[in-house]
Amino acid sequence: MAEIHAAEPTRRDFLYVATGAFAAVGAAAAVWPLIDQMNPDASVLALASIEVDISKIPVGQEITIKWRGKPVFIRHRSEEEIKAAESVDIAELRDPQTDDVRLVKGASGQLEKQWLVLIGICTHLGCVPLAYKGEFNGYFCPCHGSVYDTSGRIRKGPAPLNLEVPPYKFVSDSKIQIG
Amino acid sequence: MTQKMTKTFRIGFASKLVGVAAFGALALGLTFGASAPAQAAGGEAALKHVEWSFNGPFGTYDRNALRRGYKVYKEVCSTCHAMSMVHFRNLAEKGGPEFTPAEVKAIAAGYKVQDGPDSSGEMFERPGEGKDPFPSPYPNDEAAAASLGAAPPDLSLIAKAREGGADYIYTLLNGYEEAPADVKVPAGGNYNPVFAVGNGIIAMPKPLNDGQVDYTDGTPNTAEQMSKDVAQFLMWAAEPKLEQRHRLGLQVVIYLIALAGILYFATRKVWADQH
Amino acid sequence: MSGHSTYNPSNGFTRWLDARLPILRLSHDTAVSYPVPKNLNYWWTFGGVLTFCLGVQIITGIVLAMHYIPQTELAFKSVESIMRDVNYGWLLRYVHANGASMFFIAVYVHMFRGLYYGSYKAPREVLWILGCLIYLLMMATAFFGYVLPWGQMSFWGATVITNLFGAIPLVGESLRTWLWGGFAVGDPTLNRFFSLHYLFPFLIAGVVILHIWALHVTGQNNPAGVEVKNKDQDTVPFTPYATVKDAFGLSLFAILFAYFVFFNPNGLGDVENYVVANALKTPPHIVPEWYLLPFYAILRAVPDKLAGVVLMFGAIAVLFVLPWLDTSKVRSARFRPLYKQFFWIHVVVCLALGWCGAQSPDTVIAQVGEIGFTVTHLARILASYYFLHFIVLFPLLGLIEKTKPLPESISASVLGAKS
Repeated sequence: MAEIHAAEPTRRDFLYVATGAFAAVGAAAAVWPLIDQMNPDASVLALASIEVDISKIPVGQEITIKWRGKPVFIRHRSEEEIKAAESVDIAELRDPQTDDVRLVKGASGQLEKQWLVLIGICTHLGCVPLAYKGEFNGYFCPCHGSVYDTSGRIRKGPAPLNLEVPPYKFVSDSKIQIG
Repeated sequence: MTQKMTKTFRIGFASKLVGVAAFGALALGLTFGASAPAQAAGGEAALKHVEWSFNGPFGTYDRNALRRGYKVYKEVCSTCHAMSMVHFRNLAEKGGPEFTPAEVKAIAAGYKVQDGPDSSGEMFERPGEGKDPFPSPYPNDEAAAASLGAAPPDLSLIAKAREGGADYIYTLLNGYEEAPADVKVPAGGNYNPVFAVGNGIIAMPKPLNDGQVDYTDGTPNTAEQMSKDVAQFLMWAAEPKLEQRHRLGLQVVIYLIALAGILYFATRKVWADQH
Repeated sequence: MSGHSTYNPSNGFTRWLDARLPILRLSHDTAVSYPVPKNLNYWWTFGGVLTFCLGVQIITGIVLAMHYIPQTELAFKSVESIMRDVNYGWLLRYVHANGASMFFIAVYVHMFRGLYYGSYKAPREVLWILGCLIYLLMMATAFFGYVLPWGQMSFWGATVITNLFGAIPLVGESLRTWLWGGFAVGDPTLNRFFSLHYLFPFLIAGVVILHIWALHVTGQNNPAGVEVKNKDQDTVPFTPYATVKDAFGLSLFAILFAYFVFFNPNGLGDVENYVVANALKTPPHIVPEWYLLPFYAILRAVPDKLAGVVLMFGAIAVLFVLPWLDTSKVRSARFRPLYKQFFWIHVVVCLALGWCGAQSPDTVIAQVGEIGFTVTHLARILASYYFLHFIVLFPLLGLIEKTKPLPESISASVLGAKS
């Protein structure tokens, strides 16, 4: 049709362009719900954030809970574990991070050094590491031998990054909210 | 030439309009015609029609009524009736009673919900959270029927599961009467002519009496007012997306009318050389 | 009617593609240059409307299937979860449920258009039969789909209809057990109905392609019922003439659709389906969705169960052979004054049958002295007319009717309308 009609836009062409544009806007608006329905729904989002009571975890032990379908380690660190984590030369680490940046401030405003919260998924290929195993008494992943320290940082083995710290905060001294 | 073109075109357009209107009328007719049988049964009283704020294409819920209605549900109805499809978090969502997240947390924590098994394999009770549904007063229908004589229906969808919706609930709650002399009311039954499916005999005793629930917003707490509020609350429970639906609907219909208008002129232009 | 392809690939890429897979040529020939009679009225836009409806149902259906759970314990809850939790879930569900009704509104208009203008007559018999096949597949799809929410009507409607198969002599019981996958409608039934409900729309799409192919071989019928004599004088290219007109018609249809989805989403449904299915409690009135009511009325009108089933399917089967029942040489009811009157009587009869299907069979409509004239009596009269119309009137009218003079050609009829 382009060959037959004149090249300059006529009033007729403007009407067609306007029609097409108007219809396209409607089509785009109609497509959005089809895409958005695949986003997490309200019932999934309700589980996106959980509260965990940490008051029953003794020093030197940890629990594993499920958050957003993933394991989360909550470790009540002893003084030795905290000291061991702080006395590492950051420059030697594959994924350099101080212990402090991997911790969160409590209700008092001070860093809660005794509480370590980590996503329990090895950053190599996704296995769940074992706690209190390995040379540093941190974590050991049995799949390919990655070794993490008492701050969850990678020290030996093939994993490229430290164990991920999920977003969490202290709701009170005995409760944390993850997510 | 233009005059004749337009006239011929208009005839076609008119017949299309007639067609659409006819089928609209047919559809509406079937809407009401097809629903007739449910009202034909028994000799039930006519439904009272309330001017609900959510009626009509621009209807919205009355937030205060929803909050009062929730209180009535909690203090009266939830003793026997479950509402298992509604979650505590729904109470904070837009288009509903819109309690604050903190209020919802407190409301949920006031309920006991079953969870588990724990590490020793036992089920346990814990305070409710936003993600939990309203707990059922009985573990299942059989237990409810054993305890009460008949299983009280779950109220999550009751406003959409009965002809007349909120009007029916309102009329039913206000419909309790003395049985006429020629009607025998069996033990455990109550007379309510609105309850057509049971021929006027309903297992639920009159649930609402004046002053039964305290209203904190100053609204008079008559049984009639409480029935109105709980009916509106149950309508929301059944149709929580009503306000979004009306809002989006208005935008869509306005858009489509505009689109139809543009397409009308485009069609005329295209066909101009044919007439 | 298709004639010679006028497609001319305009650049290197389109020439390259055309030599390997002439899909652009096919699209051009089918939807751009394809000639349509210039006198088509708005009743001819419903084919496009139906294609739109099929697309909407498939798309919303696929998306709903991402959230629906086809198990009796979870189905009802999963639908409510869609309505309450899934983003825009309420919209998708209401579009799909009301879309089914809109699909049937459009198909009935489309079919009655065919009956009025004689679109079923030679050389369009196969086109008509394919259409009847689409209609049959639509009814099956809708039946399977209605069971899925697992409400009271879902369960009991499924029970009633599958029980009908039990009426077939010899094989009926085995057939019914085979359909159920058990001894009553249950989990196996629900699961297989879900699978079939997902499948059938694609069968429909396949038959629709054949339907459009058959259409393009003979070309459209038109309101005058007179065949195209001169392509240049009698027809216009599909694009832009029919494209824009179909789009306009579709936009009006969409307004009706939007009214139902947004402002009356449950008006065409049954409240009973918001009660979860209970095998031990039958609802007071078991009623199918409105678009199946006329056939339901015919089924119930017949006292014998097997005969009722036969006549119900017969009412659909008779449609397939219409091209051979009608003896008239004239196609369009515009020029068949007697047939036109019976056409409208038939429309009213179908609507009235639908009304009967919704009523309780023993409801008395009028008291005639001692005898109550019930819905069943009326349904019998109406059903008799329905069959009479096709089996007796179609052959008879063609022989005895005095038709009006036909226009010379389509272009003549268009010019005639102007003056």
